Amino acid sequence: MSSSRLEILNDGGLRHDARRPYELRSTSFALSTQSNAEGSSTVTQGLTTIAVSVYGPREPRSRANASHDRAVISVEVGVVPWAQGGGGGMKRTRGDKRLQEIGAAIRQTFEPVIMTHLYPRSEIAIHVQVLSADGGILPTSINATTLALISAGISLTDYVTSISIGLHLTQPLLDLSQPEESDLPSLVVASLPSSGKITLAQMETRLHVDRFQEMMDLGVEACKVLKDEMEGVVKEKTRKIVERMDVRGVAVEEQ
Amino acid sequence: MVREVDPPSIQKEFLLQALAEGKRLDGRITLEQREVNFVFGEELGCVECRLGKTAVLAQVSASIVKPRDDRPYEGFLLINSEIGPMASSVYESGRSSDDEILITRLLEKSIRRTEAIDREALCILAGEKVWQLRLTLHFLSDSGNLLDCASLAAMAALKHFRKPEVEVIGDEVIIHSPDERAPVPLAIHHTPLCLTFAYYENLPPILDPTHLESTLCSGTLTLTLNAQREICVLSKAGGTPLAASEIMGVVNVGVDRVREMVKHLEEALERDREGRVVEVR
Repeated sequence: MSSSRLEILNDGGLRHDARRPYELRSTSFALSTQSNAEGSSTVTQGLTTIAVSVYGPREPRSRANASHDRAVISVEVGVVPWAQGGGGGMKRTRGDKRLQEIGAAIRQTFEPVIMTHLYPRSEIAIHVQVLSADGGILPTSINATTLALISAGISLTDYVTSISIGLHLTQPLLDLSQPEESDLPSLVVASLPSSGKITLAQMETRLHVDRFQEMMDLGVEACKVLKDEMEGVVKEKTRKIVERMDVRGVAVEEQ
Repeated sequence: MVREVDPPSIQKEFLLQALAEGKRLDGRITLEQREVNFVFGEELGCVECRLGKTAVLAQVSASIVKPRDDRPYEGFLLINSEIGPMASSVYESGRSSDDEILITRLLEKSIRRTEAIDREALCILAGEKVWQLRLTLHFLSDSGNLLDCASLAAMAALKHFRKPEVEVIGDEVIIHSPDERAPVPLAIHHTPLCLTFAYYENLPPILDPTHLESTLCSGTLTLTLNAQREICVLSKAGGTPLAASEIMGVVNVGVDRVREMVKHLEEALERDREGRVVEVR
């Protein structure tokens, strides 16, 4: 790979894709992108695109998994074969340990946030599909899952937003792309923006303890920004729906 | 997979009530670890680690293989860690549950990805012959916190192991048997060790949860640290949300704790070394 020769931060303080250290990649959120699921969303962050569909709350497919006092959540993560570029990327199948780990992380992140006690004896199935991968699969999946759950009308205590933070020498960088992710120590944080509490934190590379706090605080701050963006999209969508409902309401009254 | 019977709610209430008073069912205080014991086997590189009633046996073996074409100077470290029904009846051989995957992945990340073992030092003849280390973990009994126990066992075994000495003359490689020349220890950069904390709603975190404690907790956080104050892996996959200060709190506790654990491990290795004849001078 050529990534070892990549200049992470140039003299002008710009990253390899001309972003500043705290600048996020261009982000787009779309709700209800799939018509056959109860809720769905497609989130694009830079060149990473992830589609999530949520089915449920519905009757559990297998009785053994049901719980009498709350809903159970199942998460499945898949990567389309062309997601990581021809031949160069790793081949990932359904049984892949890394994908199963991402699935487990998503499930455990949302278990305390979804008000599962409102849907006893039922199942909420979350299907995550990575359509194109350029770093930050886990954070983007979490953001997409939050939106899909909102679009499915499932009760949540808060948004969950997530971001990756890297460290170049002493400079923290936000929202890493694939080449940066493979070169830098990185931390993924998912937080509940209203309280600023962290539900998920994952780091896989060596980092000195003293640097860690700074990165975590920055991540929490960035999660708040993402939440504002997402809330804007949700409110816009809701406004449109209400408008349509209003028109019909007026029509009914006129008859 | 066989589903475990949930513990009765009265037991849960009792445990939480005790924790609220800062007590645990086995008499420990909140941030106290169970007693760690190492049992060294007959051979070098065979260590059983016991953490309370949890036991993991680690065995290291080495063989000579051809390196990968794109990395001619690097040896291999393979980690085998399948949890069988011996540890507990909830584990099935051949099929892996979520917990099992997390344990395996975290071990892999904390030992292999942090470069604890110098893989270039495993090279014998560039592009031709390198050492392949195989670290096999046998999970003997699961009474909670398998991961911490496994990471201790793994690092102890790697530090205990010695590979036969090799002599290279031109293109010829001579492997000396341990009877001829004393085997050499591995080049180890640092000692990453895992620490698992369990969380409960509105209660302070506890270190080293037992099986019951981890079934009833609302989330866990696993830290892999080394004695150089570096975080190697941090994994908090969901569970109760925590404030950043709470996470920093356990990180700081972990830093001191790992230093003690590394010291304890070194002492145990030292004691074993005294009672063992590896080389005669």
